[in-house]
Amino acid sequence: MTTVQQPVQPQPKAEARETHFSSKRVLLTIAVILVVLFSLAPILWQLLTSFKTNQAISAVPNVYFPRPDQLTWQHYVELFQRRPFLNYMFNSAFVAVTSTLLCLAIGTPAAYALARLRLKGERIILGLILIVTLFPYILLFLGLLEIVRAAGLANNYLALIIPYTAINIPLTVLVMRSFFLQLPRDLEDSAKVDGYNTWQMLTQILLPMTVPALVTTGILAFIFAWNEYIFALTFITRETMKTIPVAVAQLGGATLFEIPYGPIAAATVVGTLPLVLLVLFFQRRIVQGLTSGAVKG
Amino acid sequence: MADTIRAREQRTGWILIAPALLVLALVYAYPILRSFWLSLFTQNLGTGLEPVFSGLDNYARMFQDGRFWQSIFNTSVFTFSAIILELILGMGIALVLDQSIRGRGLVRTIAIIPWALPTALIALTWAWIFNDQFGVVNDLLLRLGLIDVGINWLGNPTLAMVSAIVADVWKTTSFVAILLLAGLQSISQDLYEAHSIDGATPWQSFRQITLPLLMPQIVIALLFRFAQSFGIFDLIQVMTGGGPGGATEVVSLYVYSSIMRYLDFGYGAALVVVTFLVLILVVAIAALVISRLRTSAGEKL
Amino acid sequence: MAKLELQNLNKTYSPKVIPVKDVSLTVDNGEFLTLLGPSGCGKSTTLRLIAGLEQPTRGKVFIGDRDVTNLPPGKRDISMVFQSYALYPHMTVYDNIASGLKLQHMSSNEIRERIRESSGALGLEELMGRKPGQLSGGQRQRVALARALVRRPEVFLLDEPLSNLDALLREQVRAELKQLFEAQNTPVVYVTHDQTEAMTLSTKVAVLNRGDVQQLDPPQRIYTHPANMFVAGFIGSPQMNLLHLKSDGKNAVLGDYRIPLPGGFTSPPDVTLGIRPEHVRLAQPGDAHSFQGRVFLVENLGMSNLLSVQLPGSENRTIRSLLPADRPWSQEDVTLALPPDAIHWFNTETGERLSNNTRPLVSNTANSTPLADSNPRL
Repeated sequence: MTTVQQPVQPQPKAEARETHFSSKRVLLTIAVILVVLFSLAPILWQLLTSFKTNQAISAVPNVYFPRPDQLTWQHYVELFQRRPFLNYMFNSAFVAVTSTLLCLAIGTPAAYALARLRLKGERIILGLILIVTLFPYILLFLGLLEIVRAAGLANNYLALIIPYTAINIPLTVLVMRSFFLQLPRDLEDSAKVDGYNTWQMLTQILLPMTVPALVTTGILAFIFAWNEYIFALTFITRETMKTIPVAVAQLGGATLFEIPYGPIAAATVVGTLPLVLLVLFFQRRIVQGLTSGAVKG
Repeated sequence: MADTIRAREQRTGWILIAPALLVLALVYAYPILRSFWLSLFTQNLGTGLEPVFSGLDNYARMFQDGRFWQSIFNTSVFTFSAIILELILGMGIALVLDQSIRGRGLVRTIAIIPWALPTALIALTWAWIFNDQFGVVNDLLLRLGLIDVGINWLGNPTLAMVSAIVADVWKTTSFVAILLLAGLQSISQDLYEAHSIDGATPWQSFRQITLPLLMPQIVIALLFRFAQSFGIFDLIQVMTGGGPGGATEVVSLYVYSSIMRYLDFGYGAALVVVTFLVLILVVAIAALVISRLRTSAGEKL
Repeated sequence: MAKLELQNLNKTYSPKVIPVKDVSLTVDNGEFLTLLGPSGCGKSTTLRLIAGLEQPTRGKVFIGDRDVTNLPPGKRDISMVFQSYALYPHMTVYDNIASGLKLQHMSSNEIRERIRESSGALGLEELMGRKPGQLSGGQRQRVALARALVRRPEVFLLDEPLSNLDALLREQVRAELKQLFEAQNTPVVYVTHDQTEAMTLSTKVAVLNRGDVQQLDPPQRIYTHPANMFVAGFIGSPQMNLLHLKSDGKNAVLGDYRIPLPGGFTSPPDVTLGIRPEHVRLAQPGDAHSFQGRVFLVENLGMSNLLSVQLPGSENRTIRSLLPADRPWSQEDVTLALPPDAIHWFNTETGERLSNNTRPLVSNTANSTPLADSNPRL
């Protein structure tokens, strides 16, 4: 009986659903616009500021749509001409890339061992690694300061590379371990029967398959290293050795009376640009890495 | 039986993991253990920067130290306001991003951008936005006629804290949203369809299906955010410098200036120890909650 | 001297591994041993112990006269085919097949020659430059086989190599495997849960259950003389009828009937009568043990009908009979005969076969041949 009645009734229902759906659409569109505005507005404002002339920057009320004569490259030019901004960028890139490669090289074998080799005490090691990801850097900074002083590493890239490698190792271990756990075991068994030793198996069989996961982890590690502030602030004091976050944060303090808003805005844009590009190209990998590093661990 | 397959496997495993453990020991274990040790000494300008054993004096001093309690209070206000706002907003964004909409990939990409940017630079961006003379917040409020004179956001103790919280919420909400979104996507669509056939409204579905099933992710996101906010340094240091008048001085700022400005190493170490212990306590509680959630989810199945 | 010998092999107390208890067996050159059993019986663990992928808790593995118990897999001179084929996804077919040889530092000319020989039979020449992702399931399986064959190892190990193929292809590849390994004079150990594969491929079968070898015999004997109730129930489809009966010492009691037990052993109080459905036939005049029963279910299997028959008496016993499709029966009530030759007796308590061990093997096989001929279904 019910099957006979069904075709008759749904028609008004379908209409109601239609309008319900379209009002839902409108709400959803508004929500999406809000999300986009929320995420972009501050950056866009900084971008706009960086291209405005000093007069336009300090105009009250604010200039939202500057005329052509209110636009300038001058703040960017100043960054590179009056300050060693290329140095800062090189420092940040060098330290971030080196520490990223190091943490992958050190963390990946450890992740494999924790995924497959049934070490005694692996649960304890994993638990510690998980807890360590939660430690704010302020807890480490006093002890590291002593090490840096004792080893004479102040104003040396190693003073940043070593801690950056370390702070990214837990992430590498967690993400790569969850990747290794997904790999079919047969492949490794087959390699063992073929006569590969563990190291050959890691480098010749597993590594080629690991590349996507390594890229994911590497991007995250690079972001964390590029953004780090407190170690860079403390261990590097020589102007030409500074990394971008510290150097830009200290632009403001350069002159007490006149804060160089334009150059600060330009520096912010330059300093964030590499990361915005990374996100644009690797959104999916970043999401995947973050969730497998945090949730699955 | 010395050289069995199993023994070789163990040996290989330890060789593979040793470099990582070594680096972690150097950068994590040593500094924290060292802080425990140093906290038992007085080492400051008064002792000519020589360590003098003083037992628990540093901790006793901490109890009397108004600035320490102020920093704990500031940190708590900052942390709890920020993570509650982030959880609510992050949940909203996750729910929006979970819908099938045109250009979803692009919207997701945009939503992640704030998380990826350097906090120190974000602090500058927000300091500029909250600028008392030329800031865009004041400008908008003036245009809307809500105020007559520009507000000195970063110059007022309460408003400086509000500004810092806003900046932190902007920066880290996307992290919460990413974690919650992953959780949302693991909930089977069948559950919602079955529930709506049972006559449930979307709000009821959210309360009765989404929230309970999302609880593990919520707790994990809160835990991560708690740890990061509790140790917040760069945002506050760059944006307000702890001011005005210490109104936004959080614990890690106090640790930093104890050590770097006042050269009070022993006391700084004691502050590190207390921060560490508070963090461990919260982690332990969260771990307990997570394991409870896991077992109760297991019982349901 | 046996080529492969397992001595009291044990694997216990390991969390993620199904245990194996005291497995001892040998496989000679040219022998094809199948480890057969339900999932969780320890057959794969046994294979992995032979391969060196697991460490035995006790016991030893010999290949030739070498004790390889503590050697890593790569040094045992074995090759193995995996259920998932385990082809290296980033290597071409050629490199996959060559991988083991390259690790032995064989010259590339020799490798090419070997691969040409072994892959010719498998029809892989055209595929050498492809990656595994571009191959069909059947092709991947051949590459995995070629990779094993080209090594010319001392022992071949195969772990359910057919179970990822669809049913039609499986039969075809099964026949090819038989030819392929008959041509090798090398011991083969083959793991499967599929009794048809075990019966068709092997020269001997080890039936495993819960880590124990239940029976180690040629496939025919496993069918005709199951060593215990587990083997009797596991081998053969439809499953053997197993009726738990009381014994008065000389006869088993089934309702009003008494079925005489064969001599040669002292009967326990509880015995189990086993008879395969294909051996239960409609009674003809002069049959020794015939029973009246009522048909309550008929399953048409195409070439035969499977009758489920309720036997008279209070115990509500049923027995199943497989009749050729062209054999008619009177609708509800049938009279069934249980030929004494086809009856297996088991001790209900221990599950062990009750048999007259003095009977020579030759007469056993002679007895069983006509029965086996009459029913091709296993």
